[in-house]
Amino acid sequence: MSGFGNAFSSSIGKKFIMGATGIFLVLFLIVHCGINALIFLDDQGLTFNIGAHFMATNWIIRAGEVILMLGLLVHIFQALRLTLQNNKARPVKYAVNDGKANSKWYSRSMGLLGTLLLIFLVVHLKDFWVVSRFTGIPSVDANGHEDLYAVMRDKFQDPVRVAVYLLAMVSLCYHLLHGFASAFQTMGWNHSKYNGIIKSVGVWYSIIISIVFAAMPLAFHFGLIK
Amino acid sequence: MSTGNMNLTLKVWRQKNNKTTGALVDYKLADISPDMSFLEMFDVLNEQLINKGEEPVVFDHDCREGICGMCSMFINGRPHGPKDLVTTCQLHMRSFKDGDTIVVEPWRAAAFPVVKDLTVDRSAFDRVIAAGGFISVNTGNAQDANNLPIPKMQADAAFEAAACIGCGACVATCKNASAMLFVSAKISQLALLPQGQPERYRRVQSMVAQMDAEGFGNCTNTGACEAECPKGISLENIARMNRDFASAKFVSEETV
Amino acid sequence: MSDLNSNIPEGELTNKWTKFKSSVALVNPSNKRSIEVIIVGSGLAGASAAATLAEMGYKVKCFCFQDSPRRAHSIAAQGGINAAKNYQNDGDSTYRLFYDTIKGGDYRAREANVHRLAEVSANIIDQCVAQGVPLAREYGGLLDNRSFGGTQVQRTFYAAGQTGQQLLLGAYSALERQIGMGKVEMYTRHEMLEVVKIDGKARGIIARNLITGELERHFGHAVVLGTGGYGNVFYLSTNAMGSNVTAAWKAHKQGAYFANPCYTQIHPTCIPVSGDHQSKLTLMSESLRNDGRIWVPKKKDDNRKASEIPEDERDYYLERRYPAFGNLVPRDVASRAAKERCDAGYGVGASKLAVYLDFKANTERYGKIEASKAGIHNPDKETCMRLGTAVIKEKYGNLFDMYAQITGENPYETPMRIYPAVHYTMGGLWVDYNLMTSVPGLYCTGEANFSDHGANRLGASALMQGLADGYFVLPYTIGAYLSKEISVKAIPTDHPAFVEAEAKAKGILDTLINIKGTKSVDHFHKRLGHIMWEKCGMARNAEGLNEAITEIRALRAEFWKDVRVPGTSDELNTELEKAGRVADFIELGELMCIDALNRNESCGGHFREEYQTEEGEALRDDVDYAYVAAWEFKEGVNFELHKEELKFENIKVAQRSYK
Repeated sequence: MSGFGNAFSSSIGKKFIMGATGIFLVLFLIVHCGINALIFLDDQGLTFNIGAHFMATNWIIRAGEVILMLGLLVHIFQALRLTLQNNKARPVKYAVNDGKANSKWYSRSMGLLGTLLLIFLVVHLKDFWVVSRFTGIPSVDANGHEDLYAVMRDKFQDPVRVAVYLLAMVSLCYHLLHGFASAFQTMGWNHSKYNGIIKSVGVWYSIIISIVFAAMPLAFHFGLIK
Repeated sequence: MSTGNMNLTLKVWRQKNNKTTGALVDYKLADISPDMSFLEMFDVLNEQLINKGEEPVVFDHDCREGICGMCSMFINGRPHGPKDLVTTCQLHMRSFKDGDTIVVEPWRAAAFPVVKDLTVDRSAFDRVIAAGGFISVNTGNAQDANNLPIPKMQADAAFEAAACIGCGACVATCKNASAMLFVSAKISQLALLPQGQPERYRRVQSMVAQMDAEGFGNCTNTGACEAECPKGISLENIARMNRDFASAKFVSEETV
Repeated sequence: MSDLNSNIPEGELTNKWTKFKSSVALVNPSNKRSIEVIIVGSGLAGASAAATLAEMGYKVKCFCFQDSPRRAHSIAAQGGINAAKNYQNDGDSTYRLFYDTIKGGDYRAREANVHRLAEVSANIIDQCVAQGVPLAREYGGLLDNRSFGGTQVQRTFYAAGQTGQQLLLGAYSALERQIGMGKVEMYTRHEMLEVVKIDGKARGIIARNLITGELERHFGHAVVLGTGGYGNVFYLSTNAMGSNVTAAWKAHKQGAYFANPCYTQIHPTCIPVSGDHQSKLTLMSESLRNDGRIWVPKKKDDNRKASEIPEDERDYYLERRYPAFGNLVPRDVASRAAKERCDAGYGVGASKLAVYLDFKANTERYGKIEASKAGIHNPDKETCMRLGTAVIKEKYGNLFDMYAQITGENPYETPMRIYPAVHYTMGGLWVDYNLMTSVPGLYCTGEANFSDHGANRLGASALMQGLADGYFVLPYTIGAYLSKEISVKAIPTDHPAFVEAEAKAKGILDTLINIKGTKSVDHFHKRLGHIMWEKCGMARNAEGLNEAITEIRALRAEFWKDVRVPGTSDELNTELEKAGRVADFIELGELMCIDALNRNESCGGHFREEYQTEEGEALRDDVDYAYVAAWEFKEGVNFELHKEELKFENIKVAQRSYK
């Protein structure tokens, strides 16, 4: 590592790590969202369960999962470190600070949004990941696959849980609205000809991903899919 | 001496020196003209204070035409006040209303300690430049200026980055007190020009290292710096710096 | 008649500098390492000299009163920098730049210095470009030039309206590089308060740390002052608020002669004063005169709006009076012409102390060119104005924005209102060819010296001179002195001369603090400015000058009795700083009036009403006044005149004509 000097410990290096893990998580969300969206096929979750089964058993995916968890932890750890450091960079705060005049509230609240997402993640992982990986899914579907679909259906009958998920998706949307374009900027991928595209892809990505995710608990809760 | 008809309440940060703590102090001002600059309004305040036997408010200012970068007031929660693309000295009282309360604080950052009242120490910026914000050419080394044609677009982009006046508004407004807009502007100016190429990767590494050592925060891309910069320095520069930093650390063989 | 030796090398004018450079004594590298040079001021002249001397191997200490060397007021220069490159193939040459500068200075500058300046001008551009200064370029990638007043060639290099900023940041970066390498010790927020002389030679300074108030002693084998001009003696000027004469004045009081103090440049294109609260004036670059036409109504006290005054009722008085140069006459001529119109009752705006600078005609002309480029034939007026406005915006956008910001008016729609304002001082410490003052070892560069601009400076020549002095002249000429100092060991600062100088500086500070009078420093400064502007400004006469001298003396007495400086001297005390500076300005103001009274002629920026032609132009007296007036300070604020005769061997002295 010596040849790389302070490549990762410097301010920009730390941000590279944030950006890179961020982009990795953005990509993960596409896969996660894509497979989960199979529930909308309205086939009692048969296709979805095939996908879920594949994700749970394929060794490449399992290995990826480890990397994902690491990526997530690094993202969180690095964010904490940066936040602490940033707080130290301004020990005396302003009496009046008109942040809204020059930036978006969610850009200034990434830490808060991230914390909300972290709390949600604990709930979410307990709801599904722990069940599918450790405690076991109680039933099987018509194809004989573990019926994760049924687990989802059951869980989302609880209105409190649905509300928590919806709130989390709002947080996710705003986290992504800033995070997507920000990751590109951090990595230095800024080009006058492509900036517009990156920006609008980022906005659409954030909105679509969040809406599709949010639609899942809602669809189950209101019985739009059975 | 005033000729206008605006009445204002000022809440101004007063702090004797860097060893004491400070506080916001209220002052009433009457008959302020809308044609006065913000600093001329402070001149009126100071004249009043002196006549009353009190100590005037110390604030940094020099050219009063928006180019030296010395003036530095955080006005109602924004560096250089409510108008975009101007410095405090070019802000005029017609941007305020009769009866307004105006809160004026110094730049706040660990790397910019308060010296007295509204004056802060920005020498950290000089040390960042000393770490690499130059092209190593001794006097007398130069070839004929037109031996090195530079595409107009590139030259213009370098000029736009070079327009930075080093006032520190970017640091002041950044929620993290990050200096990346300032540092990247100088790195970009030199990275965009052919003259800057030989030291390009060395420069970015040294300047970023010094920036970190000064205790500035990290950029979180809120864009506040760009929005508040009186000279309109673009965030593109930060992306360029990051790109060059990556090239320097992972591609170039030179480590600083 | 000369009793001053200007040390001009013998020989042909064109060979003097070359010969000097190749024969001047050198200091070998190991000796340079133990020779210390103090530089006061970090503007173009100071920063470039500090960087260059450090590159050469000298130990340099550099001082500035601002929080960073990058803030020096050179940064505010807008228009450009001249250089005899002849890139435009319009017949420019070293000789022409030399000639234009001598003529522009109304034949009151030293030939040898000006020729040297013209010679090194081209090197400056090379040096700055190599440093990464982003000067304006054409699409082919080569450097662009623009016209400036007082010349008929395009030799002005520029960086939009921020040329000074870019050049200063270039010099600043060179300086910071040396600071980073430990070869220059930088002292920011330090103000020089005394020159220390030992055995007649300058050997150091007393500087006040403006943060702690502490007085510091610094030794140097030589001391260089690059401390700028003294325009703030008028209170209102385009100078920075902190610009002051103190360093030069303290040197003057230690024996450095002050030359031609009455030569002040009043810049024709500034934003008019808007009220009593005004703290400074803002310049609109002279480059605007390239595309702006200056006019006033033909009718007296015309209160119509500019747009309501038809073309044939406008008086384009510069074009009328000076058909050959038109709106591009030199600054002194343009300023006086504006004053003449306003005094005669033709001024515009609420104060009637302004003339119009109108871009409409050229906006339309540019619009036509753009339209034809875009293939639009016979474009209507609106299209022309729209396309032309874009061109004007590209050229002068930042200046137009600044004007709008200050006045609240939109200059794209209504003509700018402009009026002359104090801008530059050609006078300064007297220096010889080596830039050394009359105190051995004490040098003076840039605007702070008197040497190159005669009685009037041409536009875009200040940046040229500052950088010429700092990069290319002083580093050579100082060797002539330092080569004889190599055996002098650094003198400890407990030497009695240092102790005495510090005590003197402390005494002044204590006095100022202890007066505890009733009036603020600004109060006195404004009154001084008023006297100077009314009686020693754009036009002067013997009666007014005599009155001014009496008034200034009275003001000085009152100042030392009644000034109020709050706070103490051992802290950051901006009022104390100002008080010291104003005290020096008051003494200088008197000398300026004495000098103006002594010079019974009109030349350049010095216009004595008694001496004018029938057409109202300046009337020189080459028989009696072709000399530099160098004043020696005498005990009790008295001054003794010394003369340096000016010899013109390469230029035929003529009545200046721009008709």
